[in-house]
Amino acid sequence: MTQVKKRVVVGMSTCNMAAGADEVFDFLKEKVAGGLDVKLSITGCLGMCYAEPQVQVFDEDGTRHLYVGVNANRIAKIVDDHIIAGKPRDKWIVKYDEGDTQKLMAKQERIVLANSGIIDPDEIDDYLAVDGYAALRTVLEENDRMQVIQTVTDSGLRGRGGAGFPTGLKWKFAYGYENDKKYIVCNADEGDPGAFMDRTILESDPHAVLEGMIIGAFATGADEAYVYCRAEYPLAIKRLNRAIEQATEKKLLGDNILGKGFNFHVHVKEGAGTFVCGEETALLASIEGRRGMPRPRPPFPAESGLFGKPTTINNVETWANVPWIIRKGAEAFAAIGTEKSKGSKVFALAGKIKHGGLVEVPMGITLEEIIHEVGGGTGTNREVKSVQLGGPSGGCVPRSLFDTKIDYDEVNKTGAIMGSGGMVVMDDTTCMVDVARYFLNFTQIESCGKCTFCRVGTTRMLEILTRICDGKGVPEDIETLEDLADQIKNTSLCGLGQTAPNPVLTTLRYFRDEYEEHINDKKCRAGKCRELCIYEITDDCNGCMVCAKNCPTNCISGEKKQLHVIKQDDCIRCGVCRDVCKQDAVIVK
Amino acid sequence: MTIDLALIDAIVTDKGVDPTRAIPVLQAVQDKFRHVPLQAIERIAATTEMTESQLYGVVTFYSQFRLTPVGEKIVKVCHGTACHVGGAEGLTESLESRLGIKDGENTPDMKYTLDSVACVGCCSLAPVVMVEDKVFGKLDRKKAAKIIDEYDSSGGSR
Repeated sequence: MTQVKKRVVVGMSTCNMAAGADEVFDFLKEKVAGGLDVKLSITGCLGMCYAEPQVQVFDEDGTRHLYVGVNANRIAKIVDDHIIAGKPRDKWIVKYDEGDTQKLMAKQERIVLANSGIIDPDEIDDYLAVDGYAALRTVLEENDRMQVIQTVTDSGLRGRGGAGFPTGLKWKFAYGYENDKKYIVCNADEGDPGAFMDRTILESDPHAVLEGMIIGAFATGADEAYVYCRAEYPLAIKRLNRAIEQATEKKLLGDNILGKGFNFHVHVKEGAGTFVCGEETALLASIEGRRGMPRPRPPFPAESGLFGKPTTINNVETWANVPWIIRKGAEAFAAIGTEKSKGSKVFALAGKIKHGGLVEVPMGITLEEIIHEVGGGTGTNREVKSVQLGGPSGGCVPRSLFDTKIDYDEVNKTGAIMGSGGMVVMDDTTCMVDVARYFLNFTQIESCGKCTFCRVGTTRMLEILTRICDGKGVPEDIETLEDLADQIKNTSLCGLGQTAPNPVLTTLRYFRDEYEEHINDKKCRAGKCRELCIYEITDDCNGCMVCAKNCPTNCISGEKKQLHVIKQDDCIRCGVCRDVCKQDAVIVK
Repeated sequence: MTIDLALIDAIVTDKGVDPTRAIPVLQAVQDKFRHVPLQAIERIAATTEMTESQLYGVVTFYSQFRLTPVGEKIVKVCHGTACHVGGAEGLTESLESRLGIKDGENTPDMKYTLDSVACVGCCSLAPVVMVEDKVFGKLDRKKAAKIIDEYDSSGGSR
């Protein structure tokens, strides 16, 4: 009989490691080398990025203890007290059925993230142990390609990259075009700033994505695939390559898969840092070694895609849903969600939010539930003002519309888009004009330059927004912005241009008063636009000197326990004093 | 600066000569030289089916590629949405004054290059700075400048 040992599992995703997980892992590795009798392994991301690094300790009887915020000091104590002496350090353990963590987990529906933070992404046996590749086996046994497409169609799965095109229909198109060569492409060029769903999925459960792609290839008749992944995600690329190697060894990839005569090869292609390559035709041009510029559709990639061959392109999260749908059936998937948006959606919560991280919620949940229940609100005494959905293609939804349901069509009604899943929460220290300027700056840089209105129009919009933020706006600016937005949307070839004005249009729609204040009163209520605000210290100041110590220009004077004063000539309006003041004594005028 | 053309030839042999291989070839060149020297473009064009115009077009289109040399350590300030909302601008300002250069420039001793990037996908740790492949999260102006102090005092190895 094999001796049962304690197991220690360290979360090792990019953000875990940035928070110090690699040091914790190295410490444990040394301990094990020195004789500590535990089974040490790694896992991906649990989604609780706000409490990283995380270490899970499984006792001999299988009881799981999840330690959060594990730094070098804590891990040494966990080893001594829990692993060696058998006394868990309850203070650092979180439980799924208590307090904040209960709220975080209760409303989640984990399909894509089911294995994230549980299995070791570098070990195919871990994936196989949780029914991995069972869906592929079923599909190959039954050998009915049309049935696979029908199941995906019936499930109601829609593209998780943002546009929400029905996946089954896309596969059916590719199936219908006769050709001796067809391709599969996995779009992992997650370019939206504020989004990290696909990175985490690839780092935590790469085999689920591969299995989905193999099934898609079998159904549509493809024998070769490319995963187009951002070069900024080195760990995701490493884990994916390892997964491909292991799957090939197990005959789940390559020639004559599982002895069924089906061949399929996957290549990983590193992107080169260009947002527009997330657009499918630009992505294909990039794989072909050209400048990543979009082309008109039709023909759609399903008919003429990579190297002119029928190609099925889906994003990482879409592929990762497929094995679950095959295993559990279309009905089980369609039972979750709303009438037209089925299943779950992974969101990356960031910005002014207490529980920043990755969550997977059922479609149909409201924004209010995600932000205030799952996400825990701002976690400060400030109020949520707005949430930005869909990155540079999306928009800012105000608090008053937080009863909006997560559903492709409902979100579209607000002027934002579902997008790939970035959710950046903003409070009253965020200036909405500045946010619009920020996104226009992004799209203006990233526009490939092919369409005139996108190239020149975004530049003109950015100039106007910059002018408004600098206090030089004129009343006509708002109308000009709306005109330009309309023209860019209507005359651009691809999604980048068609959606680039959305951040401006939604902020104009919901936060017009902020624009008017900037233009007419030369005032920025958020204290963000430097030309338009003055920071002052009120009588609430207790003279703690924290602001003075943190001021980068040393322009705050005042003795201990005496009222402090900001010397306006030297103040650069960076807002540090307001951020650090515990008395809320720093105000913006 | 003249480069060893044998290194370019080895990359081409490894990555392929077909025009569809342009991006992997250029990525390997940049890995080797930390930028894409114009001489490399000329050599690749002379020895493969790729043309100088295709290669130059690709290099100038994708933001990953650089035509000029960079410092030993590239300090990238993330300007993703979450980092922007969390004060990325202040980090750039702080690093500019700590390093004595503007965003996008190299320090005169070629030890550091300061750069802005779109999003490194660590939004929950915003605002973040990446030095080469290492991510530093939850920063403010002071902590950002301190990263450079640490690299300096450890002789750049950290």
